[in-house]
Amino acid sequence: MSMLPLVALVGNPNAGKSALFNALTGARQKLGNYPGVTVERKAGRLSLSDGRPVELVDLPGTYSLSPASPDEQVTRDVVLGKQRSEKRPDALVVVVDASNLDNHLRFALELIALGLPTVVALNMVDLATRDGLELDAEVLSRELGVPVIPTVAVRKRGLEPLRTALEGLIDDAAPKARPSPAGRDFDTLRSEARRIAQAAIVRETPSRRLTAAVDRVALHPVFGLLLLLGLLFVMFQAVYAWSEAPIAMIEGWAEAASNAATDALPGGIVRSFLVDGVINGVGSVVVFLPQILILFFFILMLEATGYMVRAAFLMDGLMAKVGLSGRAFIPLLSSFACAVPGIMATRTISDPKDRLTTILIAPLMTCSARLPVYAVIIGAFIPARDVGLGIGLQGLVLFLLYVAGIVGAMLVALVLRRTVTKGQSGGFLMEMPKYQWPRPRDIVLGLWQRAVIFLKRAGTIIFASTVILWVLLSFPRVPEDSPASQVDHSIAGRIAGGLNVVLEPVGFNRDISLALIPAMAAREVAVSALATVYSIDAGDDEAKLEQSLGDRLKDKWPLPTALAFLAWFIFAPQCISTIAVTRRETNGWKWPLFMVGYLFVLAYLAAGATYWTATAIGLS
Amino acid sequence: MRLTDLPLRQPAYVDVIDWNALSAAEGQRLREFGLCEGASVEALHRGGLFGRGPIACKVGRMTIAMRRNHAEAVTVRTGAEGETA
Repeated sequence: MSMLPLVALVGNPNAGKSALFNALTGARQKLGNYPGVTVERKAGRLSLSDGRPVELVDLPGTYSLSPASPDEQVTRDVVLGKQRSEKRPDALVVVVDASNLDNHLRFALELIALGLPTVVALNMVDLATRDGLELDAEVLSRELGVPVIPTVAVRKRGLEPLRTALEGLIDDAAPKARPSPAGRDFDTLRSEARRIAQAAIVRETPSRRLTAAVDRVALHPVFGLLLLLGLLFVMFQAVYAWSEAPIAMIEGWAEAASNAATDALPGGIVRSFLVDGVINGVGSVVVFLPQILILFFFILMLEATGYMVRAAFLMDGLMAKVGLSGRAFIPLLSSFACAVPGIMATRTISDPKDRLTTILIAPLMTCSARLPVYAVIIGAFIPARDVGLGIGLQGLVLFLLYVAGIVGAMLVALVLRRTVTKGQSGGFLMEMPKYQWPRPRDIVLGLWQRAVIFLKRAGTIIFASTVILWVLLSFPRVPEDSPASQVDHSIAGRIAGGLNVVLEPVGFNRDISLALIPAMAAREVAVSALATVYSIDAGDDEAKLEQSLGDRLKDKWPLPTALAFLAWFIFAPQCISTIAVTRRETNGWKWPLFMVGYLFVLAYLAAGATYWTATAIGLS
Repeated sequence: MRLTDLPLRQPAYVDVIDWNALSAAEGQRLREFGLCEGASVEALHRGGLFGRGPIACKVGRMTIAMRRNHAEAVTVRTGAEGETA
């Protein structure tokens, strides 16, 4: 717990709270968790005008102090001083959307009535002006009895006055808020909010609203859906098209490091460990950082512009058909980046069976960890041909793999909703925020945080499993005069040989069986594992070592095997983090075990069906 | 007239809400969205390539989306011009 004064940012969802938090704290943020609940705690340091530091915490957005989800419960507990491990804030910054005053003021009144020193940030005043709404902050301040500062968080406007106001609140320990009669009911607060909002409006001229105009297309049953599909398609094409140059750069570095190590060290165990295990293993995963960041860029943009909720609206009809809420679309779309935040985001789904079904199908959304696997196999086996209209075949195959995951998820949901999670479907109630252009800094900050998480994974889980695999592959050493290869002779090779009895019918070879074991830790480890296997396999053969992983695979695998491997990864159950978060979110082992079980069965069948079909039609 | 029958982009007011047709949590969320007797309401978009999709409507200054079964619980009357469908 920090000794600094604690200031909490509170407000409705879509009030621009996070943008204000970013604008006030910059990159000095700490992400953590509240103990006992899987709710993210976002805190950062803010300097007041005189340079004194204050800790600023960004509380989850909520509509009132009557919580409907675990996130909202945290907000309530923190402002009431009931949250374990968090002291009661010394002051509150209540963020309200200037163009939605009647609604946001009701919650603001509820918060002001708590009696903590409070300042109201009248945020997004520029959007209100754009909509022809002119407000008087002084009237608002007089009516509410607390300072009101007009701000535009995304343009960094009003931050200085906000800091000054906070300074006043923290200096003067006495509550600044006007004591209000406690326990006013919802309707009283609402009419009070409406009266104050009316008093604060100076002028209101009806104007053409940008959001309404865009929504006429974006929410159109036909054009809206085409737009959504188009956006997703561009996203997957971009993952390939934009990443070529940066990938080549990272590959260049890995090669240089590998060459330097080969030159500097004498042949033997140490060199093999560094080159085969560390550089080739970890390098083969780090190389996908550009593609993962491109994917996250699109997801962050869709969220920040307000489009994500429109996508949920368009998909609700379809989601309802398989017994899910349109709300499930947002966690599922985040699962394209990673199932872990996706599963955590299901907390906004109030119906328990809706939520459980969404958790169970989240791993079917093609997460970014599968991207390295897809990318390396597609790169090696699918020709980089243009299939017309400037559409690349490789991007198209990638798109189809994503579609296969989605279709699989829908079918699984349909079955689950009729069997294990049978029951009345929940609803779809959502606020649709105005469109807005995100601040580039916020997007860059989001990407930076993702890059750090990915590189940390590469440095820990992926590094560790690659090293363990290298050890298992390197010992016992094959005798000098033996005709057997090192891989065949090793412990790992022998384990994989046993596993391969089960996997051979679906077209997998020994090396795939080998790669799937460490890939339990994280899916992308399959790639680093293959890189390590083939690197050790090559031994000191210079020509073989020069080959890229893709070229080696192409030499060793028939096409049906490669396709079966892709099909396996559509369902690929292995990912320890996903299993752990499912256990935490469902309070037990029952559902994670069920999830892993059904995914294994589906992965096996999908790989088998692909292999047998491809072999039957004579692909090679 | 029910909210589901309200023509698109025709300003109206909420007349009656059948709170019993909604669960307690749904009722509370709708109230927090500002949906209450007397609130101004305007249907903006209907989703529905895949069957009967949700409705997006403006309530006060806020745009919200809800499914038809919820919108059916809301009875509306159109503005002073007295245009009724």
